[in-house]
Parts: sequence; structure tokens; C-alpha cells
Amino acid sequence: MFYRETGQFKTTYAADQTIFPIFQDRIFIFALIIFAYLAVPLIASEYMLQAVLIPMLIFSIAAVGLNILTGYAGQLSLGTGAFMAMGAYSAYKLTTGFPELNIVLVFILSGVASALVGIVFGLPSLRIKGFYLAVATLAAQFFLIWMFNRVPWWYNYHSSGTITAPPREFAGVMLTGPTATAETRYLLVLSFCIVAGLLAKNLVRSRIGRHWMAIRDMDIAAEIIGIRLLPNKLLAFAISSFYCGVAGALLLFSYLGSAETEAFDIFVSFDVLFMIIIGGLGSILGAYLGAAFIWLLPIFLTNAPQLIGLSMPVDFQKHLEVMIFGSLIIVFLIFEPAGLARLWQIGKEKLRRWPFPY
Amino acid sequence: MEFLESVTITPFVLIAEDFPVFFGEVVFNGVLTGVLYSLVALGFVLIFKASGVFNFAQGAMVLFAALTLVGLMELGLPVWLAFVVTMGAMVALAYLVELLVLRHLVNQPDIILFMSTIGLTFFLEGFGETLWGSNVKKLDIGIPDAPVEIVGMLFNSFDLIAALACALLVAGLAFFFQYTPTGRALRAVADDHQAALAVGIPLKKIWIIVWSVAGIVALVAGIVWGAKSGVQFSLSLIALKALPVLILGGFTSVPGAIVGGLIIGVGEKIAEVYWGPAVGGAIENWFAYVLALAFLFVRPQGLFGERIIERV
Repeated sequence: MFYRETGQFKTTYAADQTIFPIFQDRIFIFALIIFAYLAVPLIASEYMLQAVLIPMLIFSIAAVGLNILTGYAGQLSLGTGAFMAMGAYSAYKLTTGFPELNIVLVFILSGVASALVGIVFGLPSLRIKGFYLAVATLAAQFFLIWMFNRVPWWYNYHSSGTITAPPREFAGVMLTGPTATAETRYLLVLSFCIVAGLLAKNLVRSRIGRHWMAIRDMDIAAEIIGIRLLPNKLLAFAISSFYCGVAGALLLFSYLGSAETEAFDIFVSFDVLFMIIIGGLGSILGAYLGAAFIWLLPIFLTNAPQLIGLSMPVDFQKHLEVMIFGSLIIVFLIFEPAGLARLWQIGKEKLRRWPFPY
Repeated sequence: MEFLESVTITPFVLIAEDFPVFFGEVVFNGVLTGVLYSLVALGFVLIFKASGVFNFAQGAMVLFAALTLVGLMELGLPVWLAFVVTMGAMVALAYLVELLVLRHLVNQPDIILFMSTIGLTFFLEGFGETLWGSNVKKLDIGIPDAPVEIVGMLFNSFDLIAALACALLVAGLAFFFQYTPTGRALRAVADDHQAALAVGIPLKKIWIIVWSVAGIVALVAGIVWGAKSGVQFSLSLIALKALPVLILGGFTSVPGAIVGGLIIGVGEKIAEVYWGPAVGGAIENWFAYVLALAFLFVRPQGLFGERIIERV
């Protein structure tokens, strides 16, 4: 009843091209952003910020990146974890090599480093497709992780092989390192997350995004109507890896603090892939929803037995969790293969007609 | 310069030095590992051919089968009975997968089916370990494990018997596919789903059979790997080892899986022994992928895969 676009006329081209054409949507989004910036740091507990919100936002950046590559450009990739590792390790090398460098710039530069690596491992996509390509991107996953383990230069010849985020400040505020508060780290990650989403949304509805979608739907046909495959596919790999690289750097600097290569193993790649499939392929909103779902589900499963007063052995519970997680994924795929973004759309349609059934 | 020399010259000098005995041993060890890779890859190929599903759960099926077998043997069942019961469990699993998962996902895009098998992987790993516990188990099925010398080269008798068993299994599968009515039906489904349906082949039954066969192949792979390195969680990571074999041989080709497995096995061993020291060792993890990738640049469909014909 209150959610209608009746009477909202578009009188300029700019109005026609807004991301949220419905007035109520705009209000909702602005309220959400203000809430996330002002209210959340005040009311959320340390645990909530550190263990739930920060990683969730970081993974949503990676999910947006992978969704650009897989959901929009149609190139299946299982190398997300490696590209995130590339971002984390190059950020570490950059900021320990040049301590004066602005930390935000470091994050962006490490994204660029990751993008370059992404281009190299994207080259096979010109020859091979589908699952063959997915397996080929696994080569990136295993090779890069091996390199970060075996080449001591990457972790500054540290004896334990771990990389630790050094304390860095920006405009007088401690952003990273052990002294940075959860609130500042949360706000940093949130800002990156919003900018990333905005850029991605505008990218996919531009000419480049349309090229990607044409390639995804049928690359031969796309080639025939004059879309050049080489630059477009490589661009998709580059931008996707850029997002993953920034997410990886943030994961190290804002969430983990210190990490080894295990933090970026193949299961990270699978998790991010789950996020975009559960969220909805080819939808920026879906990447956020999927990241929230996949990150929150295990936390919920871990805490659920305590909530209902059930106690069981730790390893038994761990296995049970994995089992339930797997079956929920299958159940979800069966009931809504188009993902959470589709559910959101259906919900909106229903809301517009409410209280009438059709 | 030193690095270049250690990559381009030293390995060949080393090969020439001990030729043919040590080199032969390395190659043969590679072949034996390769046979095991082929076995896991075979399970992938069977399912991919018949239903177009890229079954990531094959590794988890290996783990699940091995865990069930060991668990049953710990309960006091004799080896043969435990084997038969586990086989029954794998057939039941195939039936359940068809009933609960595949049936509901007909006509979905490949990637959705792929993700559902990753879900299945999580489920099977959790289920197997919930049922049988997660500590490393020793699997002893009574095959002698002693060094044997053949023309001056040292081998492990267990490896030889395992390789022989795998060869027999592959031969049996080839026979099954080529000469039995069910095998013919399977090949028909693999060629063309709709045509197979049109001539009256029950697709759902075929899927159950294929998943059962893949389950039994997984059981054999689980026994061999499990007896070599203990039954534990890492068994399910074998799937990752079999993927380069798949792209090298082609997703749709049974001989491809076998030849690909051998190439990867031998290549990996040679690279690890002769080139490994130059770059810091432990290159087994990614070498197979890079080898397969290099191959794909020449033949995008793998060694024996069907030619990819693209039309608008």
C-alpha cells in the first residue's frame, strides 16, 4: 500500500538512469547506509563487529568481484582464494617496503597487483571454456599459494612464514594493526564495500557490462556482432581480481591481523562461489545477500545448539555442522536456483500489489 | 644463472647418471601413482558422460567408502563381507542422490548441478565422520607390503598388486560398457539424452547405475589409497588431484582418464625428483595443473575429448 511508484514520473535522462528508480527504495537505501555508519558502531558489540560484520563485508567485496567474472562475463573461476592471497601479500610487501605510503593507496595498489596476476591466469579463457576453464583457474590457486609458501621474499624472511599487518594510520586515526579499534576497522571496510558496490553496479550497466553479458550468453555470437573477446574477457578477469585483491588485503589488515597461506586456500574459493550462486548469478545485490547468508549460516549453526540448550561433543558438532551446511546448500539450490536476489525481486513484486493477491 | 643451470642442465645430467635403473624406478612409481589418479578420474568421467554432471563429490565418495569399509571392519566383519556391505551402501547412496538431488535439478544450468555436488561433498564428509569418527584409521586388507626386485629396480609388492587390481577393474568396466545391454544403454545416454529417451531407455535408472558404478570405483580407489596412507579426511582431497587428469584426458573419455592419469603420474614424479630441488620442492601440488594447462593450449578439449564444435 505504501510501496507504489504511482505518480513518480521521470522527466530527465538522469532520473531515468538512477540505480534505484523507485523513491521508496532510495529512502530505504539511504536509511540503511546511515544506520550502518552511525548506529551500528554504537550499538554492536565487539564480537558482533569483529567476528560477524567485518568478515561479512570483506567477503561481499570478493563476491562482487567473482560475480563480475562468473555471473556477468560467464567465466567460471575457482581461483578466488589465490587472487585474495595475492592482494594480501602484495599489500604486506608494499606497506613494509614503503611505510610512508598511504594505507588506503596500498590497498588499491595491491588490488592492481592482483589484477595483473588475474590477467595472466585469465589468458587461457580465450582457448578454453566452462569446466575446463574452472580447472585451469585451479592452477592459479595452487601455484600462487605454493609460491607464497616457498618464496621467503613474500613474507620478509620471517621464520614462522606468517605475515602480520603492521600498525598504519590515516588522517590521525589508527586504521590497522593491533591498536586499531573494531569500530574504525568496521567503518573502513564498510566504506570500501559501498564504493566497490557502487562502482560495480555502474560498470555492469555500462557498455562494458553489456559486452560481458553478451559474451556470457554466447561468445561466438558476441564475436560476430563485433565484440572483441580478448580485451573484454581479460578486462573481466582484471577487474574481478582487483576486487578480490582488495578484499584479500582487507581480510589481512582489518580482520585476521596476521595470516598464513591457509587463510586463502581452495575452500575460500568455494565459499565465495557459494556466495554468488546462493545470492544469484549476475546480480550485484545478490553478491551481498549471498555473502551474508554463507557467512552467517555457519555462525548460526555453531550457536544454535546452545541456544536451545543442547550440548554435544565438539567434534561431533563440527561434523554435524558441515553436514547440515551441505544439505542446506542442496535444498536451497533445489528450491531457488536463481538465488536470493530472485527471492528479493519476488518479494518486491508482492509488496507492490499488497494487499491484493494479483 | 645458477638457477638457470639448475633448471636446464642439472636434471638431465642426473637422469643420464643413473640411467636406466633409478630413472626407471621414478617412471614406474609415477605409473603406479598415475593408475590411482586414473581410478578417481574414471569416477568423474562415468558420471559426466552419462548425466553431464561435473561430480565434485567423487573425492568425498572415496572418503565415505573407505570410512564405511574400515568402520565395518572395526565392528568385526570379515573383509569380504565388509566389502559387500560397503558396495551396498554405495548403491544406496547412488539411489538417494538420484531421488533427493538430481531428480529435482533436471534442466538446471551446469553450474548449479556442480554446486549441488559440492554441497554433497560437504554432506558426505560430515556424514562419514559423524558416523565413523574422524581419527586416522589404518586399513589392512591383507595384501603383502614388501620390497620386490625386478631387473635391478626396487618395487613395493603392494603397489604392484594395487596397480594390477586397478587394471583389472578398468578392463572389467570396458567390458561392461562394450558388451552388456546396460553398458550399451549407458553409452547411448552419454551420446544423446533425448535420443536415448526416445528409444525407451529409462534415464533415471541409468543415472542410478552410473552413480553406483562410480561409487564402486570410489570404493576401490578408497581401499588402495587408504591402505597406502591411512583412511582420513585428506582422502577426499584426491578429487583435486584427479581434476588435471580430467582436463588432460578430456571430460568425456574413459581411455582419456587412464592415459591422462598415467601422464600426470609420471610427469609429476619426474618433475618432483629432478626439478623439485631447483625451485624449492613440493611442486607436486601444482605441477599437474600447469602440465594440463599447457596441454589445453594445444588441444582445448583434452587428449581424447569430443571435438568442440561451436555454432551460432
